[in-house]
Amino acid sequence: MSLLKVNNLSISFGGLRAVDQFNINVEKGQLYGLIGPNGAGKTTVFNLLTGVYRPNEGIVYLDGKDITNKKTMDISKEGVGRTFQNIRLFKKLSVLDNVKVGLHNRYHYNSAAGILRLPKYHRIEKEMNEEAYRLLSVFDLVGEAQMAAGNLPYGKQRKLEIARTMATNPKLLLLDEPAAGMNPNETKELMDTIKFVRDEFAMTILLIEHDMKLVAGICEELTVLNFGKILVSGKTSLVLADSRVITAYLGED
Amino acid sequence: MRERLAQIPKPMRENLITFGIVVVAFIVMQILISLNMLSHLMTGLLVPLCVYVIMAVSLNLTVGILGELSLGHAGFMCLGAFAGAFFTKVMENVITFSLFRFILAILIGALVAGVFGLLIGLPVLRFRGDYLAIVTLAFGEIIKNIINALFVGLDDKGFHFSLRDSLSLGMGEEGRVIINGAQGIVGMPRDSTFLIGTILVIITLFIVLNLINSRDGRAIMSIRDNLIASESVGIDVTRYKLMAFTISAALAGVAGVLYSHNLNSVQATPRNFGFNMSIMILVFVVLGGIGNIRGSIIAAVVLTVLPEVLRGISDQRMLIYSVILIVMMIFNWSPKVLEWREKHSLKEWLSRLRKRKAKV
Amino acid sequence: MNFISFLINGLSLGSIYAIIALGYTMVYGIAKMLNFAHGDVIMVGAFTVFWGVSMQGFDPFLSLLLSITICIILGVTIEFIAYRPLRGAASKLVVLITAIGVSYFLQNLALLIFGASTKSFTSIVPFGPVRLFDGQIIISSETLVTFAACLIIMTSLTLFIHKTKPGQAMLAVAEDKDAAQLMGINVNGTITLTFAIGSGLAAIAGVLLCSAYPVISPYTGAMPGIKAFIAAVFGGIGSIPGALIGGLLLGVIEILGRAYISTQLSDVIVFMVLIIVLLVKPTGLLGRKLQEKV
Repeated sequence: MSLLKVNNLSISFGGLRAVDQFNINVEKGQLYGLIGPNGAGKTTVFNLLTGVYRPNEGIVYLDGKDITNKKTMDISKEGVGRTFQNIRLFKKLSVLDNVKVGLHNRYHYNSAAGILRLPKYHRIEKEMNEEAYRLLSVFDLVGEAQMAAGNLPYGKQRKLEIARTMATNPKLLLLDEPAAGMNPNETKELMDTIKFVRDEFAMTILLIEHDMKLVAGICEELTVLNFGKILVSGKTSLVLADSRVITAYLGED
Repeated sequence: MRERLAQIPKPMRENLITFGIVVVAFIVMQILISLNMLSHLMTGLLVPLCVYVIMAVSLNLTVGILGELSLGHAGFMCLGAFAGAFFTKVMENVITFSLFRFILAILIGALVAGVFGLLIGLPVLRFRGDYLAIVTLAFGEIIKNIINALFVGLDDKGFHFSLRDSLSLGMGEEGRVIINGAQGIVGMPRDSTFLIGTILVIITLFIVLNLINSRDGRAIMSIRDNLIASESVGIDVTRYKLMAFTISAALAGVAGVLYSHNLNSVQATPRNFGFNMSIMILVFVVLGGIGNIRGSIIAAVVLTVLPEVLRGISDQRMLIYSVILIVMMIFNWSPKVLEWREKHSLKEWLSRLRKRKAKV
Repeated sequence: MNFISFLINGLSLGSIYAIIALGYTMVYGIAKMLNFAHGDVIMVGAFTVFWGVSMQGFDPFLSLLLSITICIILGVTIEFIAYRPLRGAASKLVVLITAIGVSYFLQNLALLIFGASTKSFTSIVPFGPVRLFDGQIIISSETLVTFAACLIIMTSLTLFIHKTKPGQAMLAVAEDKDAAQLMGINVNGTITLTFAIGSGLAAIAGVLLCSAYPVISPYTGAMPGIKAFIAAVFGGIGSIPGALIGGLLLGVIEILGRAYISTQLSDVIVFMVLIIVLLVKPTGLLGRKLQEKV
């Protein structure tokens, strides 16, 4: 059964069709890649899926439920988690607190319990800490738990962003160029992390990527976007061999 | 003992130090008073100090924790001051136990300021940065000006309101004017004491510090650090912005009640409730360190007491503050200065020294 | 007839707001900052003329030129010392707080030099009022000069921006600072020029304001400054015709409000205008929308 199903998603900015009739079908547990040259509209698709922009037309189904015109906050609650191309961490908060903000909607106590330090506060905070540390250990960040997130090295910041998103317990994980700005070693490590996340959490992942090696290495299916339109969709090996894709990337002779 | 201290988590340890500073300061002042070592002027300054500390700590909740600039904080103080004073005047002969009446007045001041914080925050918190600053400034001035033009009287038929003059209240003969326009409220019982002020400071700190280190506080700070990421993990941004702004306003209301009950009469003038007051509190917050609650307390106390002690420079004091403010902003935030500081920091210097030694 | 008099007074005050609003709107459009100290530059301009005419006995016109020069130097210096180092700072609040610091500095400097008391200001307009309809409507000479000044300033500024190279550079920097830099435009120089023009206009506005309402104190500039910013927001921040329309409307609203509703609540009305405009049309009458990139 498909977890994410998108029909004819379109948006225009001042007459320019940034995304035009976008369709996609991501199965549960799949690792799916969205690729395309710069300015093809990949991040715009993510912004449409997460409610940052409202589409002009089209429908988005998550697990069979229409989430098209919901607010960003509610889409997160429905189970869509995302990371950002230009990392967006809570820089002044500690690494631990970044993850705990991700846990926000899964653990509840009211303001009075927080301010008056009622027993419930202590109990829930303890549970939150345990869950947060569990996630941090998955992403190898326990040693940095008390550090301000802004002071982490670049590669670890990427990892923390994924950890924070995983804390919201998503059904679908959207990764926006997770390997941007990484060296080959870091990219290799990241590939392992992404695969690990998929296997460990049985996660469905849609990722935008520039790095062809990364895409070829881990994605089962690909959709190629060019000038806002879908160029090709299908199995990774077939898509990468398609002459239209090669032209779009390398330009025509 | 030391081991047990080390076991307490770091934020809680920091908080305990902050509370400790307040309690020790209170005790020192009490000893000085009992030894008659405090000048008349300093004694008169004790309650205002508590007022400024509460104002600075509560403004820091908006500016430092929520990360939005409010230039109308004095407006909420004004609301609290008048709501509390109004209650006290009406109940002056009904509730004669003055401490009980004062506690009720404080609660009412907090409630009124908090409700207005909520009502104002609802439309304006969608603005950010410069616009929010100017809109809060506008609301602060609106509040001050309306209260300055407000007449409220009480007779056997109930309350009468007017924005013209006391005559147009149309009261019976035995009626009395409670809020008399620009003359404000006169004949206040002076219920504020240094002890009550200190207790209110501690309550304020308790609320703000515990809020920061809780689920709600993390949500508020996540909005400050990155609004878009905050929404993307499902934080209800509007709700938490409102929460921070409302609590901040309610605490300013408490400061207002403390302020108005320290005077014989209270008027809404540009000097006490205008945007100049809002800006002075902002200066405390900035110089104490944006987001640093303990810093706000220390800055409010030092910047209020210092010019009174050094009478000679009191004329130049605001000038000096403004220069310090500008220099601090550049020193702490200028990209070039930060780069320079990074390069010339003590740590960097030591590590270079170490490297050189290693080479030798 | 009363109504017409009020209207003329309102337009006159509005013209002054418009001239001040130009400074805000240009700086906001180009440097993307709210120059909170702009109102206090007005005060410095007025005090310079006060010092020249009332204390030194200089020629009023010469004093005005001196005032414009001093304000230009002041505006450029403020930008260079206080604002330029903070360009590219992590938070937008930083520049605003610094601007508030500069505002405080100027007010308290004036306080030290001239004292807190309000002083009477001698109008620099040399001729008397004009009477219309057998003296039923009297238009003060200050009003006439204000109208003329506003008209000349608006026309020449519009011509300057659309017909000259530095003016075009301003438009380019307002549109996209980085792209302008890449096109070889001197961004720092353009911002300096913007501050220079805004501050020179502030001097003129200050003198006109204090000639029409003949008193001066260190706080003279603060409130008109804030109101002029409201006028700029009203008209649409970044827009020069917007500053004119916003200024005139705000002036008329304030004077009519004072005349027909309440003297004490006229400021309340002005601030309400700001809040209503922002809630109904946040971009102002002629402004454009800006959005954060995700």
